[in-house]
Amino acid sequence: MHDTKPATQPDQDEEVLEVKKFLSTITIVGAAALVLSGCTGPGAGAGAGDDELITVGFAQTGSESGWRSANTESMQTAFSEENGFKLVFNAADNKIEAQIAAVRGFITQGVDAIVIAPIVEDGWDDVLQEAKDAGIPVILEDRTLTADESLYAGWVGLDFKSEGVKAGTWAASTFTEPTNMVVLEGTTGSAPANDRAEGFDEAIAGSQITKIDSQTGNFTRAEGKTVMEGFLQKYGKDGIDLVYAHNDDMALGAIDAIEAAGLVPGEDIKIVSIDAVKDGMQALADGKINYIVECNPLLGELAAGLVKDVLDGKTIERATFVQDGEFDQEAAIAALPDRKY
Amino acid sequence: MKNIVKHRVFWPAVALVALLMLNAIARPSFLSITVQDGELYGSLISLLRNSAPLMLVALGMTIVIATRGIDLSVGAVMAVSGAVALTIIADSPTPEAPGTIATAVAVAVVVTLIAGAWNGFLVAVLGIQPIIATLVLMLAGRGIALLITNGEITTVNSAPYKFMSQGYLLGFPFAFFVSIAAIVIVVLVQRRTALGMLTEAVGINPEASRLAGVRSRGIIWGAYAASGLLAGFAGILYSSNIMAADSNAAGNLIELDAILAVVLGGTSLMGGKFSIAGTVIGVFTIQTLKSTIVFLGVPSPVTPVFMAAVVIVVVAVQSPLLRRTALRAVGSIRGSNSNTTEVAK
Repeated sequence: MHDTKPATQPDQDEEVLEVKKFLSTITIVGAAALVLSGCTGPGAGAGAGDDELITVGFAQTGSESGWRSANTESMQTAFSEENGFKLVFNAADNKIEAQIAAVRGFITQGVDAIVIAPIVEDGWDDVLQEAKDAGIPVILEDRTLTADESLYAGWVGLDFKSEGVKAGTWAASTFTEPTNMVVLEGTTGSAPANDRAEGFDEAIAGSQITKIDSQTGNFTRAEGKTVMEGFLQKYGKDGIDLVYAHNDDMALGAIDAIEAAGLVPGEDIKIVSIDAVKDGMQALADGKINYIVECNPLLGELAAGLVKDVLDGKTIERATFVQDGEFDQEAAIAALPDRKY
Repeated sequence: MKNIVKHRVFWPAVALVALLMLNAIARPSFLSITVQDGELYGSLISLLRNSAPLMLVALGMTIVIATRGIDLSVGAVMAVSGAVALTIIADSPTPEAPGTIATAVAVAVVVTLIAGAWNGFLVAVLGIQPIIATLVLMLAGRGIALLITNGEITTVNSAPYKFMSQGYLLGFPFAFFVSIAAIVIVVLVQRRTALGMLTEAVGINPEASRLAGVRSRGIIWGAYAASGLLAGFAGILYSSNIMAADSNAAGNLIELDAILAVVLGGTSLMGGKFSIAGTVIGVFTIQTLKSTIVFLGVPSPVTPVFMAAVVIVVVAVQSPLLRRTALRAVGSIRGSNSNTTEVAK
């Protein structure tokens, strides 16, 4: 027996080594997970410790776009300590369970108010009821949800439909000759995609504009580009006069496709889009996009005002809309130097 | 004739040709190819160009699947690759210099090679199940890419970088040549050496092949590394196509398209025998399907159902059991007809 031991020793060593390797893997993976989920701001873990500061939990969707980053920044500025707030920030990486868990976390931490940008519309009843039972008012930001109205104090955000109407009104007044339009839709079923389509269609009803095709580009540049390529090949280079893109990223993709087809975006084919992110504004200033309706991410001030009002016992409007701007080329050139997002 | 029908890529090819014909019938302009400034232009040319990222990813996936594995991290790895390359170019004072581009691409693919090797390490050395091992990077990769780009979409202006996905060579899209090069290299490495056979051996029975002296650990490790490397190049093409590192959208769900392409091409998810030609056909089938949606004007809410229906049909056509049953059904109808005539006698 004793003789065999040295022979097995290396094996055991190897096993120990393997276990060690495995443990270190777990540590690394765990650390990575921490980095990922650790987007909580400096106020994380804060309870109702500071009496003077209003502790607010903000459950953000994630950081999926430039718009979202600007929105987060606006919220963090508005809910700063100088303004009398202590912000507990959570970005759920667009995972619904993570977001609901975050809101539960806010409730157990006993924050004074909760602001949520819901990732999805459904499934909020239980957790909102818990917040209500705990006496914590909830304000929705940017997106809406389907739960009973009594479960949250109010909503602040954008009027996607009015964005569509604004874009459509510009198009209807600009194109007085018969015009063939294609649409690059946002993600199928999403509120901005539905409402922007509806508002636009209402505004162009009875005008010279005919919608010849509409297809989703999922709000991304790459898909906006491939869909536009398809449209150009389907209808020919002379078959399309106007592109309505539900966001700037898809418009930027469409610009690429139009240029690849040997046409001049903004001249041969006009483009109207919604968002007004920096890259889109640059394209507008360069004359490649013709008109942009803003989708204003700076909701922080309004949200902070609402939170204060609710905690002071004032009744607030069910829905508060932030003002969206509109830009043509000159306005874009003027606005570009100060554009943060 | 019988040999052609029996060839493993016959039915996948039939499906692809049928899909192409469907497009051509719906809109004859689908087949038209015009010359514009010395570049070919048309739906089929776009097909060759746009399929390049999926082609690279699916080639890597084929090898991984052949080892009885799966690589879910390819989409996230693509995002990392684009993020690394574009961040280097954006921070460089000379974004137009070929040297800068070469450095950016080299660093990006080395990073993704390491990412692939990491997957391989988890699977081959630690023995973690491939689906779990690669899930780690699938989830973490996008986070890493977002960290690299500070959560923003990094955009650059650089003619040589743009050329890789949007440029033309000899009238054809440059990205198409990248596809061809990748196919040729994979075929040479796998089929002109014993590596392909050893890979299949590992996939069919890892234990038996190990006992037979095949160094399965190295082969599996290599397969994941290759997959990471190819995904890295795919990420370069994706970001070059839009000249932006869109870490959320880059390669989103491409792992599923790649797996589908491999399966449509007749390679079993159980590992073992694989067909590169089949994968190539599978990739073109998926890409054609995507342009079919635009060409037929399938409304967006119906698109997923349409995709699913086509995929089901394509997969069903490839099922020998279903074909046999169908033939037998036809035969029995004929048979029963002849029976009735016999009874009538």
